[in-house]
Amino acid sequence: MSILVIAEHDNASVKGATLNTIAAAKAIGGDIHVLVAGAACGAAAEAAAKADGVSKVIVADNAAYEHQLAENVAALIADLGKDYTHILGCSTSNGKNILPRAAALLDVQAISDIISVESADTFKRPVYAGNVIATVQSSDAIKVITVRGTAFDPVAAEGGSAAVESTDNAQNVGISAFVSEELAKSDRPELTAASIVISGGRGMQNGDNFEMLYKVADKLGAAVGASRAAVDAGFVPNDMQVGQTGKIVAPDLYVAVGISGAIQHLAGMKDSKVIVAINKDEEAPIFQVADYGLVADLFEAVPELDAAL
Amino acid sequence: MKILVAVKRVVDYNVKVRPKSDGTDVDIANAKMSINPFCEIAVEEAVRLKEKGIATEIVAVSLGAKQCQEQIRTAMALGADRGILVETDAELEPLAIAKCLNAIIAKESPELVIMGKQSIDGDNNQTGQMLGALSGMPQGTFASEVSFDDGKVNVIREVDGGLQTVSLNLPAIVTTDLRLNEPRYASLPNIMKAKRKPLDTMTPEELGVDVAPRVQTLKVEPPAERSAGIKVADVAELVDKLRNEAKVI
Repeated sequence: MSILVIAEHDNASVKGATLNTIAAAKAIGGDIHVLVAGAACGAAAEAAAKADGVSKVIVADNAAYEHQLAENVAALIADLGKDYTHILGCSTSNGKNILPRAAALLDVQAISDIISVESADTFKRPVYAGNVIATVQSSDAIKVITVRGTAFDPVAAEGGSAAVESTDNAQNVGISAFVSEELAKSDRPELTAASIVISGGRGMQNGDNFEMLYKVADKLGAAVGASRAAVDAGFVPNDMQVGQTGKIVAPDLYVAVGISGAIQHLAGMKDSKVIVAINKDEEAPIFQVADYGLVADLFEAVPELDAAL
Repeated sequence: MKILVAVKRVVDYNVKVRPKSDGTDVDIANAKMSINPFCEIAVEEAVRLKEKGIATEIVAVSLGAKQCQEQIRTAMALGADRGILVETDAELEPLAIAKCLNAIIAKESPELVIMGKQSIDGDNNQTGQMLGALSGMPQGTFASEVSFDDGKVNVIREVDGGLQTVSLNLPAIVTTDLRLNEPRYASLPNIMKAKRKPLDTMTPEELGVDVAPRVQTLKVEPPAERSAGIKVADVAELVDKLRNEAKVI
């Protein structure tokens, strides 16, 4: 078997999710190649070559790939991917944007968001917001898959020494253009990469009150998330949303503040190692999954927590 | 411009879906069915574009069993002008849906296709991207804002860590994220009016699409249960437990 892993990167470095996806590739077994498609992405390719388990890195360094436009990158993946039995990408906004497009170009029914590898053609994936786990088997000659990073322990980022090979395969479809990007600037870690996450829900009452969570987060080196209810209410931006339709996180410690625990939210955080819930409603479903529950008014408990740290 | 909107009939988001005890499928007999929430946002966006004078006609398409007519009627009550049902009892995968939609695009030649980013049953998040590949159209997925400028559509996309703006040639495909808009409720007069709007029915065979599944579901099961832990009395006890028992801070 031969597996092409699509690297998630920012041209300068490889994002952690790539290492989880390589781990899924190792679970399938076979020769693992990593595609780094970008512009001036040599450093990212060098980093990918050091990852454990990779035998070759293919670099497609072209202005057409600089901003990961799906139209161009999917065309590249479909072209290179013909020679592989599996094409794996990360279940990130980028991977979800590109991989299905590549799959359709290859006339393949993609498999989204796998959480385990049962065999080379059989995988488990959550459906219905994580309320059901389906075991699915693909009959397509090429398997195109996105991998939920939190379900696979990452391979070592160092120690490998894969060959780096460049390709001049330039797919500039010319129907889309990058205009601008507005990435939240924060000294806090990224939600999906943080070892501690503290999230607020509707109980926070407004966006200003999230300041309390930011203070605690900064003491713990934590990322700050939110429930869909808090996002829908306009307290915080959508990229903070933890849940089935937002980010899936599995940190060492997850602190849910003023979050009732809707199914939607639980689907995004229930694989966290330790869960703490702070909520004044002792009947809130979040307590059914919490290792440590504190029934209290968050406007008293959070400042106390801040003071105690 | 003509807009095509795809709508999917799914189990209502308030229903907690469980696997059948024999693990062959999910138990959704008699469950309340609704229009997929992301598709509802797609319909709303199309209607707003019509209200702004940008869109001239909205065609709502659904695929599946006869009952999908209900979701098309819902879309028409919200403001779609007419409907198309691709009727089949087969379970459709995203690739098959994209192929059927692509065949409809060939007939209808819309300038914009708006659809939900994912359906809340299969959670695949694939159909819009696949339709982009098959039709050769660019895609603006996970949209939180859509605007038009000089024959192009600008889409602000929700991406990990923030927002990205792309400019797409028309015709284009847009898939909706939650914050694109807040869908309206259909008024009773509009629900009555929707009953008289035209609704065409066709089959995948008539569209020349093979919908045979490529992926087989072998088994469904509930997720691993997480058991409730303990209640702590106060913040001091919580911090103590986290430091000394769980050792996570």
